[in-house]
Amino acid sequence: MNKTAVHTESKIFDIEKIRADYPILKTVVHGKPLCYLDNAATTQKPQAVIDKLVEYYSTMNANIHRGVHYLSELSTKEFEDSRIKIKNFINAKSEKEIIFTKGTTDSLNLAATAFDRGKLKSGDEIIITGMEHHSNIVPWQLIAKDKNIKLRVVPITDTGEIIFEEFEKMINEKTKLVSVVYVSNSLGTVNPVEKIIKTAHRYNLPVILDAAQAIQHLSIDVQKLDCDMLAFSGHKIYGPTGIGVLYGKEKLLNELPPYQGGGDMISKVTFEETTFNSLPYKFEAGTSNIADAIGLGTAIDYISGTGINAIAKHEGELLAYTTERISELPEVKIIGQAKEKSSVLSFVIDNIHPHDVGTFLDFEGVAVRTGHHCTQPVMDRYCIPATTRASFAMYNTKEEVGILINSLKKVIEVFK
Amino acid sequence: MDEELRELYQQVILDHNKSPRNFKKLENANHSAEGYNPLCGDKINLYLVIEDDVVKDVGFQGSGCAISKASASLMTSIVKGMKKEDAERLFEKFHDLVTGKLTDENEIEELGKLAVFAGVRDFPARVKCASLSWHTLISALQDGKKVVSTEE
Repeated sequence: MNKTAVHTESKIFDIEKIRADYPILKTVVHGKPLCYLDNAATTQKPQAVIDKLVEYYSTMNANIHRGVHYLSELSTKEFEDSRIKIKNFINAKSEKEIIFTKGTTDSLNLAATAFDRGKLKSGDEIIITGMEHHSNIVPWQLIAKDKNIKLRVVPITDTGEIIFEEFEKMINEKTKLVSVVYVSNSLGTVNPVEKIIKTAHRYNLPVILDAAQAIQHLSIDVQKLDCDMLAFSGHKIYGPTGIGVLYGKEKLLNELPPYQGGGDMISKVTFEETTFNSLPYKFEAGTSNIADAIGLGTAIDYISGTGINAIAKHEGELLAYTTERISELPEVKIIGQAKEKSSVLSFVIDNIHPHDVGTFLDFEGVAVRTGHHCTQPVMDRYCIPATTRASFAMYNTKEEVGILINSLKKVIEVFK
Repeated sequence: MDEELRELYQQVILDHNKSPRNFKKLENANHSAEGYNPLCGDKINLYLVIEDDVVKDVGFQGSGCAISKASASLMTSIVKGMKKEDAERLFEKFHDLVTGKLTDENEIEELGKLAVFAGVRDFPARVKCASLSWHTLISALQDGKKVVSTEE
């Protein structure tokens, strides 16, 4: 283990070399070089991932797990190798614990449905936080409505941190599970998930982590965290869209009933009854998104080659620098000032609506997200309709932050 | 500033955004409607006093981007004193303008101050911002008390 750590630390973070790996970064927008700061929405793809998709469809396309022919065996091996890469990346105990899904939303819907069918009954309570993405609210609401299950929401402070004491107070004999966001997509807050998990486990409550904004920025070890489930998307970690992962502890996954029925998830079917396949296939009905699962494996290789700790350090510096520079503008107010933040900077500008900011920035080549970021309850909490959000990835630079700041100055000038 | 951008954010629009006209709730309104764009969270409450099928008074409140606020402000200034059916016809023209269907220069000129919204046609994502207040107006004229959404 020590050897790995030293190896990671010794990696040189060569930003020019990294940028050269992403062909889209050469795009010119309205005559200006693209300054892509919308990484929390989706990250760009390195050439290696793009090449892998082409390679897959050009040289190994076949359905997996069924054919006995050459191509089927080849694609099955690549597909399963990708699962192993993901297992190693998050340090799961076994590849049986890695379920391929369409993305974080699909992973959370799988979790909610399986818990609903297997473990929840009328009157039970589920705890989430006030900074969840809609994808960690609505799936629970859907089952809550059907079954009279109560959704409890841990409130957040003015700076964007959960009020931990309130979380502890919420736990009672009716509580059945805790599902929380690891890193908030609209505030950037890194939640104290270790503490949440420890506390929940004292009451034997399983904890599901929405890691959609964490997986690409933080080194995650599911065994060390001891989370019971963890969901993330491929496209936010430099991989393709339409592929995601749900990690679950093997024992828990075995206890839960399937999500969808169909091919590949069964071991024997008669018209009277069906015996389900073993893990992880029990949760992977139908032909999987084979190409993108393999592409995700390549993205993981790419990240491992760069070093997640080196990426985290670089992004941390960018966030600190942007926070400092943006604070020079008295008209700007940062939304989300938690002590622990990662790669997301949300802000509002006096008397200028985020959509106008977004359109102006676009003409400077700067891509940011404007809106409620699928976290309407967070916007309501701070009594704002929307924010402008800059979010960083491994390929962003301080020069780009400079372009953002100068562009913001121009917008402020126009609306004066 | 880029030409296309200047075309979108004309001085008239910036001015109406900064000091919107008729920006008030009308206590004596006999028609009203609420408009909402779920994609961006823009909201508008529109109040009308209608007598003998004529818009006697109009006021609005709400929050939104410069385009939606200026559009609401200009719309209220223009429909005040207008007959119901004329306002409805104007909406059709305005909609054609912002979606790029109205190209005849003379017809655009006939729209008067509303012509400043011609630049919106180059920004498909902003058409809804410009038309939210108009959709709300139509709903209020027909006196639905219901919420109109840009997504219906």
